[in-house]
Amino acid sequence: MLKISMENIDKLYAAIKESRDLFLPIESAGQVQFAEYTDDAVVRLDVLKTVKSAKDAFFPQSEDLMEFKVCGKEIDVIPPSGDMKEFVIMGVKACDAKSFEILDRVYLKEPIDSYYALRREKGLVVVQACGRPEESCFCNVFGIDATAPVGDVVTYLVDGTLYWDAQTEKGKELTEKIASVFDNADANDDAKVEASKAETKAIMEKLPFANLDLSRFNGENMMEIFKDERWNELYKACLGCGTCTFVCPTCQCYDIKDYDTGHGIKRFRCWDSCMYSDFTMMAHGNNRNSQMERFRQRFMHKLVYYPSNNEGIYSCVGCGRCVNKCPISMNIVKVIKTMGVTDNE
Amino acid sequence: MSNAEMLIPQVGIVTDIRQDTPDVKTFRVNALEGGKLFEHMPGQCAMVSIPGVGEGMFSITSSPTNREFMEFSIKKCGCLTTFLHQIEVGQKVCVRGPLGKHFPVESEFKGKDLVIIGGGIGIAPVRSVINYCIDNREDYGTIDVVYGARTSKDLVDYREMIEEWSNVPGVNVHITIDIEEEGWDGHVGFVPNYVKELNFSTDKTVVMCGPPIMIKFTLAGLLELGFDKTQVYTTMELRMKCGIGKCGRCNIGDKYVCVDGPVFRFDELDELPDEY
Amino acid sequence: MQRIVDKINELFANGTVDRVLGWKVGEFSYDRTPYVFTKEGGLDGFAYDSFCANNLSKYLIAESRKEGKVLVLLKPCDTYSYNQLVAENRIKTENVYTVSIPCKGKVDVEKLKAMGMTGITDIVENGEELTVTTLYGDEKVNRCDVLCEKCLACQKTAKECDEAIEGEAYEKPHKDRFATVEELEAMSPEERFAFWRKELSKCIRCNACRNVCPACSYIKCVFDNDNSGIASKANTDEFQENMFHIIRAFHVAGRCTDCGECSRVCPQGIPLHLLNRKFIKEINELYGEYQAGDNTESRGPLTSFTKEDCEPSIVYEKGGK
Repeated sequence: MLKISMENIDKLYAAIKESRDLFLPIESAGQVQFAEYTDDAVVRLDVLKTVKSAKDAFFPQSEDLMEFKVCGKEIDVIPPSGDMKEFVIMGVKACDAKSFEILDRVYLKEPIDSYYALRREKGLVVVQACGRPEESCFCNVFGIDATAPVGDVVTYLVDGTLYWDAQTEKGKELTEKIASVFDNADANDDAKVEASKAETKAIMEKLPFANLDLSRFNGENMMEIFKDERWNELYKACLGCGTCTFVCPTCQCYDIKDYDTGHGIKRFRCWDSCMYSDFTMMAHGNNRNSQMERFRQRFMHKLVYYPSNNEGIYSCVGCGRCVNKCPISMNIVKVIKTMGVTDNE
Repeated sequence: MSNAEMLIPQVGIVTDIRQDTPDVKTFRVNALEGGKLFEHMPGQCAMVSIPGVGEGMFSITSSPTNREFMEFSIKKCGCLTTFLHQIEVGQKVCVRGPLGKHFPVESEFKGKDLVIIGGGIGIAPVRSVINYCIDNREDYGTIDVVYGARTSKDLVDYREMIEEWSNVPGVNVHITIDIEEEGWDGHVGFVPNYVKELNFSTDKTVVMCGPPIMIKFTLAGLLELGFDKTQVYTTMELRMKCGIGKCGRCNIGDKYVCVDGPVFRFDELDELPDEY
Repeated sequence: MQRIVDKINELFANGTVDRVLGWKVGEFSYDRTPYVFTKEGGLDGFAYDSFCANNLSKYLIAESRKEGKVLVLLKPCDTYSYNQLVAENRIKTENVYTVSIPCKGKVDVEKLKAMGMTGITDIVENGEELTVTTLYGDEKVNRCDVLCEKCLACQKTAKECDEAIEGEAYEKPHKDRFATVEELEAMSPEERFAFWRKELSKCIRCNACRNVCPACSYIKCVFDNDNSGIASKANTDEFQENMFHIIRAFHVAGRCTDCGECSRVCPQGIPLHLLNRKFIKEINELYGEYQAGDNTESRGPLTSFTKEDCEPSIVYEKGGK
């Protein structure tokens, strides 16, 4: 394990920047987001949750797919160049790191999404163990260890020092390139990191959602859950906005749109929300006409449909962003708690 | 095949446009160098787009046995289709496909007597099946085509049905319109009732496509006649964007219409939420 | 809260109302969800406390169209939204029973978190002091330091309702609601543009501001309508980031009651209320003091015409106000 004092942390950023683009949790106008590092950026590795998740790195909120030149009856397709600089995304927490695996199962499944695949190939993920879980966190429910995130490099931020531990070939290769900025960690440091991990784990056990029961979402009762009357209660206050979807690290639905730039047509894709009324709207009608159906779709997808297609893995990582951000305080925890028990229990 | 190829369309050229009904046109599409853009199987779809206007999923109406071109029968009902109805021969269009699962013409259908039921524009996806089976006549038993539309003017492919299909041995064409009209000496009445009147023997395999209300009552009628849901196939249409099971909007329960469908057997749909 | 509960139970019992639009307790001591309680279901989980910030009036567009009479609990600021919706014929008033309830300003949990209080497991109010229990220890804060932005400049008193439940006397915070607007006005155009770019570039187009806004009560918004030609789900460029919010502010100008829900629900903390307040300030200066939702009859200055109306462009050309 290597280490660098937070006082010198800019040297690490600069070293990475020499060969790659670097994305970090950066504060701007009071909010912390993953954004490209610049010299004057306010980096906030200490912040537990960025507003949006880290998924933008691989599945950006909007992304150009191709361009068209249209002239009268003629159409020319200009495919993307396929060029991309290697990049590092740093400060990713265990929940967001796990979300990449969930997105992989959609986008890297045949037929592979080459836009996503290219970013996965070019991107290197530096994860960071959590130091101060919040009341809305429940990653442990999905088998995630907040102190042992999965990535190319694992880091620990303890008492003003960042500990750096490369895990994969990709991670080791980067570490070799920038080795000069680090000092070697000793046994004393190992002990500090272990103590910090133990502290976090103790908190994790005390979190209010630590014992959330998912047993009813076992893949055997799709229709029963779908037809449950209680959806009618749960959805009622839903505003039909896309906040939960857009802050969610695992929401993966997108829309494809054309945009006239004045010099041609750009076809891009952007995040879409199943909460929106036009999500399934067709010229002749809509198969999910009510907000109840749209609300139900979102949670059925995460807790029933996705697991059914992915060996029982839920499409939720317990990051708790929806818990924090829903304007009406309705969220997946309340859905799990309500739908997770049957009337006769 | 990677998604880049799946999301990036090929450019084809419209080589013929046929006005079938007041609001349905059939577009013939060729590759720029002639021939077809790609091969497909009956029931499969393609995303057709005009950049800047929109992209939509359409079933490929022509049969794969047609070696020269592909056809799409398109009803004018939204933004893109209205635009397509204004284009002229020579217009380039973007097409990507083939998408989705096809009818089991090479497996379950083989050697079976087929009843193919269409309502309105619902004939579009099954026309491919009919022509495929006619072109491979020896592989299938009798073929009954039941087709209905609101008026005689709304019958898509009427000429082909009368002039070509009815003349094929073992192929029977039953046409009906919803309400009586002058000069029409054919059958009058809704498709579900007509199907019941025709009283097909229950060893046949049924393929149907049409408006939801027709599907609902025709299926009920078939079950009444003694058919089993495992003998009845349909093809679904939901909003699609990617066509390859990623964008997340065309699901019925845990199945995506674009990759797990659009062809479904009714017993499969029974296990899914009725959100379609 | 007990007086509210008693009143509701009385109105349930004597058959005046069938349902109650209120707030329900959640998972934490601070999360409250708008909820419709029924006579049959009772008031299980009902709450009214410092965390019931949601403006319930917009839900009446749908609720008032259902069978039976619905009681709605309106904080002073919400009574203005209610009036405005009634003025715009969006609520079937014959199916609504309005009850105004007292408010001492609502607590913004985001502010507590920003002060470093994370892992909150309980919040106990004791007069003007809040004791916040967290997984990392207890802390005390002054209530007035963590009020919602919308409450800091609130001078509203409840408008007439079918029933009024009075609270104890309470001195409202005295923040001038136009102070920040004036600061922005004092900036150079470049500084002001930079300020808004920084704020609006955070927008993720989740539409929470629009969907929560009682003035955005249209059945289909142009931005959702594929046929409008301007439908958009993502900000394709900086121009769109700016224009979505500016267009929305224009659209609600003269109808916005300054309920502040837009800023409160924004997941990115964009101070959207400042756009609305700029419009309110302009309207006040050009047409005289006007408060949308003050009553259900008067037409707003932007939707009525009098010969005395000023011509904004001329006023500014002459350097007047």
